[in-house]
Amino acid sequence: MDSTDHHVQALQRVLEDSGVRKADIDGYMTVHADAFMGAVQFAEYLGINHRYVDGTMTGGSSFEFLVQHGATAIKDGLADTILITYGSDQLSRMGRMLGTGGFHRPGVKVPGPMQFEAPYGNSLVGAYAMAAQRHMHEFGTTSEQLAEIAVAVRGHAQLNPNAMYRDPITVDDVVNSRMIADPLHKLDCCVISDGGGAVLMTTAERARDLRQPPVYVLGAAGGETHWNISQMPNFTQTAAAQAGPEAFARAGVTPDDIDTIQFYDSFTITVLLLLEDLGFCKKGEGGEFVEGGTLKLGGELPLNTDGGGLSSCHPGMRGIFLLIEAARQLRGQGGEAQVPDAKLALACGSGGWLSCMGAVVLGSEHP
Amino acid sequence: MTGPAGVGDPTEGVVPPIKRPMPRPDTVSKKYWAAAAEGRLLFQECPKCGNRQLYPRGVCMACGETPEWREASGRGTVHTFTIIRQNYAQPFRGMLPYVVAMVELDEGPRLMSNVTDCAVEDVTVGMAVQAHFEPLDDAVGLPLFRPA
Repeated sequence: MDSTDHHVQALQRVLEDSGVRKADIDGYMTVHADAFMGAVQFAEYLGINHRYVDGTMTGGSSFEFLVQHGATAIKDGLADTILITYGSDQLSRMGRMLGTGGFHRPGVKVPGPMQFEAPYGNSLVGAYAMAAQRHMHEFGTTSEQLAEIAVAVRGHAQLNPNAMYRDPITVDDVVNSRMIADPLHKLDCCVISDGGGAVLMTTAERARDLRQPPVYVLGAAGGETHWNISQMPNFTQTAAAQAGPEAFARAGVTPDDIDTIQFYDSFTITVLLLLEDLGFCKKGEGGEFVEGGTLKLGGELPLNTDGGGLSSCHPGMRGIFLLIEAARQLRGQGGEAQVPDAKLALACGSGGWLSCMGAVVLGSEHP
Repeated sequence: MTGPAGVGDPTEGVVPPIKRPMPRPDTVSKKYWAAAAEGRLLFQECPKCGNRQLYPRGVCMACGETPEWREASGRGTVHTFTIIRQNYAQPFRGMLPYVVAMVELDEGPRLMSNVTDCAVEDVTVGMAVQAHFEPLDDAVGLPLFRPA
């Protein structure tokens, strides 16, 4: 399957799952890593006659931004039923080159902001590693604490037959895995996979008649601190510190109310920063917070119950899977990975190099 | 550069110089890269609000004024860093392991660079470093840092 096939499969499955007729879709949103006018291209291919379109590209958090925009568009009557699709054949096409394959060919002349970084040979993993290093320096966070995040997510992957890696791992396994960019080990890094998904957004009224129990967008917000990692103003704080409180305020809930979190786990440090920035613990206390199984099923705050990017799938921009897994949990369809009585979920995407954060509070009950 | 004539594979032992990815200087950055080619490290300061910044650009990030150039001492400290142990792209693959760091200049702004001339294990957050420069071509020099 190529990336287009993934978009098609996602569309067909979402129609079947929801009972929505394709002709009723009047809005379309997508982002694609390498398609010019991607939303327009894929709307044509899929045959979507839209009156509302959005292709806001913020990398891995794009789908959280799109949900924010889609909810506003539906509220304002710009569209009634919006389809979001995602598809990527990154692993099949490029292999595992995303993290350390190098951004640029030797000797190539690099324009724009990246001209100030490309000559130094940083890798994508290295960008996150610099945030982790600074966090360790400022707060004494340890590799073992970061490893707790990978271990929790792997535990959930064991319950997902579609997850890429399902063998159990321990903290020792993580800290003894090969160092890729200090202080991040191989098992601190997400997998690289193909994949796709779809989300349908519509009015609460229409949603009542569909095949699946509705999930409500209670509040959403996003923010950016930088694009290039060298421009990150504070290496231990992301834009989620701004987006989180805004999303919670719109939803009228607090972090204490959240039953499960679906966070962009590109790297273990990404999750740690999001936990702090979104207010689940104080800045600098993320390391202690994740100890003792907090993020495991049965713990205080189950994380990425599908196995996440660290163990299940990461096709390049996995923000859509955060929404899909949150919906599954809120519908009580989590199977063995179900968080008991999950009523509120927080999905938070991270795009770029900790650059652009989008938070969405989702609930099972009509607000 | 050619191999010894008539002995085995003529390309054996010949390593063509593989260059780092180069900056493509733009209307603003050409001054920055040219100064580095002369062994000088520049940063920008806003004449209106005093904000200091890198990378150099056509606008003050704080207030929108057009910034002015200042010459840095070249002294700074490592704000954060990583040791790159895997990178499939040349020439970096041949340089492994190496340090990519964010250096905070004594004047304030931060820039990405490499810390050279020491064991990678010796680099720490907060260590004092001093700029040196690697010429990439006539118009472009690359600011690097070594322990001060």
